[in-house]
Amino acid sequence: MLRVEGVTKRFGGLTAVSSVDLDVAEGEIVSLIGPNGAGKTTLFAMVAGFLSLNEGEIFLNNAPIAGMKPHQICKLGMVRTFQITQPFAGLTTLQNIMVGAYSHTDSPAEAQQKAEEVAEIVGMSALLASGADSLTVAGRKRLELARALATNPKLLLLDEVMAGLNPTEIDEIVAVIKGIRDTGVTIFLIEHVMKAVMNLSDRSYVLNDGKLIATGTPAEIAENPLVIEAYLGHGAADEMVNAS
Amino acid sequence: MALNKYTIWLLLSAIIAACAPIFITSKFYIDVLTLIFFTAYIGQSWNILGGYAGQFSFGGVMFFGTGAYASSVLLTSFGIPPIFGIFVAIFAGALLGLIVGFMSFRSGLKGSYFALITLAFAELLRVLANSVEFTGGGVGLFLTYAPGLSNLQFKTPIGFYYFAFLLMVISILIALWLERSRFGAQLVAIRENEEAAEALGINTLKCKIYAIMIMGAMGGAAGTFYAQKYLYLDPPIAYSIHLSVEMLLVTIVGGMGTVFGPLIGAFVLHIVNEIARHLIDTPGLSLIVYGVILIVIISYLPNGLIGMFKKKMGRPTALNKFLSGDKDA
Repeated sequence: MLRVEGVTKRFGGLTAVSSVDLDVAEGEIVSLIGPNGAGKTTLFAMVAGFLSLNEGEIFLNNAPIAGMKPHQICKLGMVRTFQITQPFAGLTTLQNIMVGAYSHTDSPAEAQQKAEEVAEIVGMSALLASGADSLTVAGRKRLELARALATNPKLLLLDEVMAGLNPTEIDEIVAVIKGIRDTGVTIFLIEHVMKAVMNLSDRSYVLNDGKLIATGTPAEIAENPLVIEAYLGHGAADEMVNAS
Repeated sequence: MALNKYTIWLLLSAIIAACAPIFITSKFYIDVLTLIFFTAYIGQSWNILGGYAGQFSFGGVMFFGTGAYASSVLLTSFGIPPIFGIFVAIFAGALLGLIVGFMSFRSGLKGSYFALITLAFAELLRVLANSVEFTGGGVGLFLTYAPGLSNLQFKTPIGFYYFAFLLMVISILIALWLERSRFGAQLVAIRENEEAAEALGINTLKCKIYAIMIMGAMGGAAGTFYAQKYLYLDPPIAYSIHLSVEMLLVTIVGGMGTVFGPLIGAFVLHIVNEIARHLIDTPGLSLIVYGVILIVIISYLPNGLIGMFKKKMGRPTALNKFLSGDKDA
């Protein structure tokens, strides 16, 4: 469904993302993990049309989308959420979600109905009338998810929707994400919360210093020495083997 | 629409305003009310781009001036009556909006940069109007007084009162439509967070250009109204910074991004202005009074006078971004 081929992004002398290839098939939950500064959000921003690429091509359902604007990509059925939540602060939760729904309807009544349905799915029904600026961190993360979901996406790009949540909240949102996948939405997510990655993803890609260093099922990834080193430093894999 | 308390009050005020000339015999007060409606109308045009879409402009007068020249030149040079000319003025305003909007929004100008570029456009047009021939240059254009509907001129001030009242009502209807439509919701989303709006499928460039075109069209009609009422036009009047300031002032004082903000602001400012002029008759005093009011409102009532009657609300996002130097933008 989504195919990224040889994508490179340079900021001046820094290569943030270096010829990355990956693909996400329909119906999958695929995760992108890696240490801080690995280039995950940069890659997402390019996929969603927020950043231009220096090299490579991105395909959505086999159609090239590199160079398209975010709103055009959204119309094609791929929508992203933001790691740092970007609510429409002066509006209510309902109005926030309706903006997403307006991407496929121009009737306020239909948009409201869609927003209420989505709020039900992500568990925000009780908060519809609250101002978005009064939501907790968990509430804002859910709002990001709800707004994106209201656009009727085929592919959701979730950028750290669990960061800053407590274990109970994480369990809740993991259930919500699984529920969304079961309705036929493909999910590609960046996540640091390993429990959630293990629990959710069918496959994972690991990015380090802008390069893909591993790919496979979460279990394979967790045992990959390269991945352990990326997170814990050189020699860490050997030390772990010696220690055990 | 259900006949709730709000609607009843609204209809009642509209009926009172429509009947006002029957009770108010003083030409002076009719004129004051006419100006209030006119300012409310032009304030509403600023409100659509500034209040709803969050794009502050300091040069809103450019549409007014261009519309005024469009219909006036058509009348003086080609004898085309303003009843048709006003549509050309509306078109000219919208076209100017398209040009200015396309050029500035496409290059990503926001916040104070956008505000200043609109000021620059207005000044540029003022200088142009001064130097080309068909506008009458610095001498200006004199329109002949020939009352009649086709000239959009009236024998009594009451005619202009109703003209301004009609414009004001139309502007309120436009704002009401924004409050209830997808387009309005998209403008507000752009104001609150442009990046998120874009991510959720809103063509932010197109929406902002539409908004400035609506502003331009409204400003164009205002220009024709003014020219036919005062029968004289020169570049300093057509492109006066004073009017650019007034349209944002009434909106900020009344309440940005609200349907009735510009109308309330226009009422309050004009009444304060008339009182001040009555007490101390010094030219330019109104500007000092406006300045003081603006400082007080932004400091203590950032949501405008209308904000006093609403429950919650911190500072409006648009104002916040603008005052903080567009850090988010």
